[in-house]
Amino acid sequence: MRPVIGGRLLVVGYWWLVVEQYQLGRDNVLDIRNLQARVAGNDILKGITLTVNAGEVHAVMGPNGSGKSTLAQVLAGNPVYEVTGGTVTFDGRDLLALQPEERAQAGVFMAFQYPVEIPGVSNAYFLRSAYNELRKARGQDEVDPLEFLDIMEKNLTLVDMDPAMLNRSVNAGFSGGEKKRNEILQMAVLRPRLAILDETDSGLDIDALRVVADGVNTLRRPDNAAIVVTHYQRLLNHIVPDFVHVLSAGRIVKSGGKELALELEEKGYDWLEAPAEALA
Amino acid sequence: MTQPVYMQEFREFAANGGGEGPSWLLPLRRSAIDRFAALGFPTPKNEDWHFTSVSPIAEREFRVAPAARIVKLSPADIAPLTFGRADWIRLVFVNGRFSSTLSSMAQLPAGVRVLDLATAARDEPGLLERHLGKIADYQHTAFTALNTAFMRDGAVIHISPNVELDTPVHLLFLSAGDASGNAAHLRTLIVAEHHARATVIESYAALSGAAGYFTNAVTEAVLGDGATLAHIKLQGESERAFHVGTLQARQARDSHLVSFSYAAGGELARTNIYTFLGGDGSGATLHGLYLLDGTQHVDQQTRIEHASPNTFSREVYKGILDGASHGVFNGQVYVRPEAQKTDGKQENNNLLLSPQARVDTKPQLEIYADDVKCTHGATVGRLDEVALFYMKSRGIGADMARKLLTYAFAAGVIEAVGVAEIRTELQALTLKRFTGAAAGL
Repeated sequence: MRPVIGGRLLVVGYWWLVVEQYQLGRDNVLDIRNLQARVAGNDILKGITLTVNAGEVHAVMGPNGSGKSTLAQVLAGNPVYEVTGGTVTFDGRDLLALQPEERAQAGVFMAFQYPVEIPGVSNAYFLRSAYNELRKARGQDEVDPLEFLDIMEKNLTLVDMDPAMLNRSVNAGFSGGEKKRNEILQMAVLRPRLAILDETDSGLDIDALRVVADGVNTLRRPDNAAIVVTHYQRLLNHIVPDFVHVLSAGRIVKSGGKELALELEEKGYDWLEAPAEALA
Repeated sequence: MTQPVYMQEFREFAANGGGEGPSWLLPLRRSAIDRFAALGFPTPKNEDWHFTSVSPIAEREFRVAPAARIVKLSPADIAPLTFGRADWIRLVFVNGRFSSTLSSMAQLPAGVRVLDLATAARDEPGLLERHLGKIADYQHTAFTALNTAFMRDGAVIHISPNVELDTPVHLLFLSAGDASGNAAHLRTLIVAEHHARATVIESYAALSGAAGYFTNAVTEAVLGDGATLAHIKLQGESERAFHVGTLQARQARDSHLVSFSYAAGGELARTNIYTFLGGDGSGATLHGLYLLDGTQHVDQQTRIEHASPNTFSREVYKGILDGASHGVFNGQVYVRPEAQKTDGKQENNNLLLSPQARVDTKPQLEIYADDVKCTHGATVGRLDEVALFYMKSRGIGADMARKLLTYAFAAGVIEAVGVAEIRTELQALTLKRFTGAAAGL
């Protein structure tokens, strides 16, 4: 490096400070460090490190069995998965120490790959209960059914959903597309700080995919963030990510911008299968 | 065993009141009490009573309430038990005795007859002679025999051909005041002639707190060609009560029995829903829900006899058991050799909320035809962990998630109730029971 002297050093030093300040001041949402997890005795995540800041959308891609869905489940707190190492900090809090409901109350939302059917509980009641639990956790008053209907109306339009769906049991008898829309509806109503979409695009036709993507795009704000877990690139034509990470065998083997997704679409995952040991 | 008590009581009854009505009635009573004497109360050796001991009933002495002990009630007392519908056709029975003042049978549409049994015995002897005691089997079942010997109060409902009755007929069986030791042998006859349609609700309720009385109810139903009968039984007896209730139906061609049986009351309770699919294309849809707690023992037995080709049955029974309660489900499906193309589905699901709660579930299929489609399934389990996680992941706390899922388990079968007022009331009741919430799903 060329020696730098005098005023120029000061100027560079000043800019370095500004950049560093800016970095520190970045609104960090999620900080995953060396996360490891297993299910049924099998190690799935083998050291994931990932930082997500406000305003960013991160796509997590990878072949079947790479651990991308596990990452989503672990962040949401699915008790089936056992965390064996690493840390996850969410808005400065130790996320792994929180129960699933506490994570939701803190602002984490995961859209399920397979939304669960709950016959007997209406969609409206379920959503209002969730909404009120979140408000209570933030020290706000609960809303009554009428106030809640107002809130719902706007959000129903967003996901192009018939209001009659609110009176039906949660996901019971819904088509695949309806279930995914219902997930996005929940997301719209609960307005999470961090949204995680766990292969929301799987099994969707192009119209349903567009509705889901439009919903996510509309909800994109400078103060929230999203992790989009997907197997296919096509969702990313509609939800344009800021970063793309490729998982293989429980590790991030490559990160890049949105163009990485296109490269994966073209070349498949095989060229990345070389595990991270080579890089380490 | 206290059979002699009933024999003695029968002799008194035969001499005083039991001989009233048409001439064939007393011989029918005598024949029934003889069968009861021969059969005795069932023991667990009896296949149909394998999981339920009736010795708590057999060892006590229950007597028919004398008229002098009839408790005076006002319409306001029964208002909470009328589903907010004062306008329904309603017969009210207090401690086993018909109360004309509390009943309302004035506004009957043309082609519909609704009477109390004693009045029917006087005014409609022909109708009774054709059907009474012809469907409910007292030859082989002791409780039906006992009921047949002592029946005096109950309802008779007749729907003429092609008449569709939109308003439900509500039979309200109440215990009130000091009902301990009472026996109520209630007998109801429902005749839906060809292409008739009706809804009959039987509800059993206690205004008397924890009285130890015995309800022994039998309902016979005749469904003519193309008739539809919706029968809703709501068993909410007192927590110390004993209840044995039987619905026995006989169905002609293309008729449909739609039964819903709710059981939440009683210390020892048994409900039998029996139907005979005697006509081509006839079918039965049976739904049931039992909610038990404490030391309750509640047993539901269903028997669907497919005796004609192209008959169908659909059955879903669900139970939620808490405390040290004991539930029994025995679902019999009998397919006769001539009942080809029978289509039967049976399901029984149970949710155990406490380690002391117990359920015995026994699907029982006997199939003697070779071209049939019959399935059955039974589950006993705890709440679905995936659904629990789903709710928690939306911010709903573990405790509330459990309560809501328990409610939802029951609500799934409540949706089958065809009468909106009753569906709403059962939803509110179960919501309160399992979540403590006052209203609004």
